[in-house]
Amino acid sequence: MLIAVCIKQVPNAEARLRLSRDGKGLDEEDLPFIVNESDEYALEEGLRLAERSGGEVVAFSLGPERVREALRKALALGAARAVHLADPAFAGGDALATGRALAAALAREPFDLVLTGSQSDDAGFGATGSVIAGHLGWPHVWLVMGVELEPPSGAPVSAKVTREMESGINEVSRVRLPAVLEIQAGINHPRYASLKGIMQAKKKEIAVPSPADLGLDPAQLGVAGSRLEVLSVAFPAAGKGAQMIEGDAKTAAESLVAKLRQEARVL
Amino acid sequence: MTANENEGEEAAAARPRRPWRVWVVPQLREGRVSRVSWEAVAAAQRLAAALGQIAEPGGPGPAPLPATLDSARVEAVLLGTGLAGAAQELAERDLAAVHVADHAALAAYTPGAWIGVLAPAIAAASPDFVVFPHTYQTVDFVPRLAQRTGAGLLPEVTGFSASGADGAAAGLVWSRPVLGGKLQATVRVRGAGPVLVSVQSGSFPADGVAPAAAGIAPEVKPLPVDPGQARPDREILGYEQVTAQQVDLTKAGVIVAVGRGVGGADKIGPVEDLARALGAEIGASRPVIDSGWLPRERQIGSSGQTVAPRLYIAAGISGAIQHLVGMKGSSVIVAINKDPSAPIFTVAHYGLVGDLHEVVPALTAAVKAAKG
Repeated sequence: MLIAVCIKQVPNAEARLRLSRDGKGLDEEDLPFIVNESDEYALEEGLRLAERSGGEVVAFSLGPERVREALRKALALGAARAVHLADPAFAGGDALATGRALAAALAREPFDLVLTGSQSDDAGFGATGSVIAGHLGWPHVWLVMGVELEPPSGAPVSAKVTREMESGINEVSRVRLPAVLEIQAGINHPRYASLKGIMQAKKKEIAVPSPADLGLDPAQLGVAGSRLEVLSVAFPAAGKGAQMIEGDAKTAAESLVAKLRQEARVL
Repeated sequence: MTANENEGEEAAAARPRRPWRVWVVPQLREGRVSRVSWEAVAAAQRLAAALGQIAEPGGPGPAPLPATLDSARVEAVLLGTGLAGAAQELAERDLAAVHVADHAALAAYTPGAWIGVLAPAIAAASPDFVVFPHTYQTVDFVPRLAQRTGAGLLPEVTGFSASGADGAAAGLVWSRPVLGGKLQATVRVRGAGPVLVSVQSGSFPADGVAPAAAGIAPEVKPLPVDPGQARPDREILGYEQVTAQQVDLTKAGVIVAVGRGVGGADKIGPVEDLARALGAEIGASRPVIDSGWLPRERQIGSSGQTVAPRLYIAAGISGAIQHLVGMKGSSVIVAINKDPSAPIFTVAHYGLVGDLHEVVPALTAAVKAAKG
């Protein structure tokens, strides 16, 4: 069974964030990047399904040179090889342009299953996986909290999939394979890379196809191929509406309790 | 009928001048239009009113249309079975029409069936904007609908304005959260053809929906469903309750909620002490639940419970949008966080910047002292 897992490298939102000079994004100097949270769960789910069914995982990612680090991590965790869409023409696209590029790369191999995270922690479209599925003509499920292959080993023909809905209800459905499943954080407990895995990763292949290799016109890709255009980003007004309470912990706590009693009248 | 990606642009070039077309696709909950869907209706009406001040699609330059072509141009599209009640609810609002796709193939939601109805309808009528509530269901199918129809995709918007950096000629600019609400992006959509917009819960108040003017109720008409197109692409086996919901946080008057910032299951004790002192229930944001520090029945947010207590204390919760939608209706919100730029402070009434491991015990002591 051949499984693809698409991962994205995103800024670590816990780090100190500064805006870029053009105001359209973050200043990437000294900005730490990590593998998107739900993509880590997607990778773990892919590795588990491959181990159970006897198959292999290929990791895909789109983005600049720094993305190799995320792919190396996937290789260290157990992916057999990786594909990096590194050409600048791919970069900066909306979910439709990014999905188009990844779908073209995925279509070159006979995958049984493509896994993605449910949503990136930066742009947060939650769309790339289902756009890929649309291009490939496969079924997809978003926000997946459980996957059972049917039959569980050998050559599965379908998957029983649990999808999270609002208000604590899950939908359970069956999709035929091949399919795209967009994995929700919390579905499993991702493993850590072993030293052996890290050493082996150095010898594994990372293919770097160009738009031409994928039969794609650069005008359909990245910034040029996107209808959505970011004009600017900004920090929300800090404490907009919030009354900030100053002082050390004890002073602030006493001052807050007084306000909750006398001003807000909720205590 | 299939739509290829170039169809939108060709249609735009050949299209005669006409009023803007805005659609809204409400989601139903137990046969009725859901609250977030009323918010989407309100957003669509506001959008139509704003577009009434901008030149029509394909028109040369900014030439305002007469004010008569404003909010009346919103058309609603309903999908499912047994839709009479929801159609009637919508018919009482200021809409141009309510299109009802009522068919056995739509008895249960699947992306294949929904897209199989909406894609041909969008290709035929070429609406400029189709507005959806931003829900787990619409994130499941709307991106693929955009891919299929060649439409632009604008998810999770929190607002728009017609006076962007490039002026009204470039149309509208929209705001949406990025990095879980740590930043707000201002975006626009380029090019011709429909744009599929989903609106974040809480951004357009549902009570802003304009009622139908006396004597001009919108026409309710059937939308044809081709069962050959509206085909389920997943076989629904059933629905299951995730937790027994033994803890009903929606009834709590006071909630102390804890986030990733608490740092571990072994560090929740002081937060529980504060909850006891206040007679409060303990809640949590999703990362705490996913890490196993508290049971899932304590989760507040879009995938957990939606609460509105008289007092909500958020300790170590940064305030990702998925959490905010579950608690921002609380009467009084207190945020404690060491990061002064955490989005939680944008919805809080009182904010304390500091380490929760110091602030929470101090707060417990102050509450006990005040209660004597």
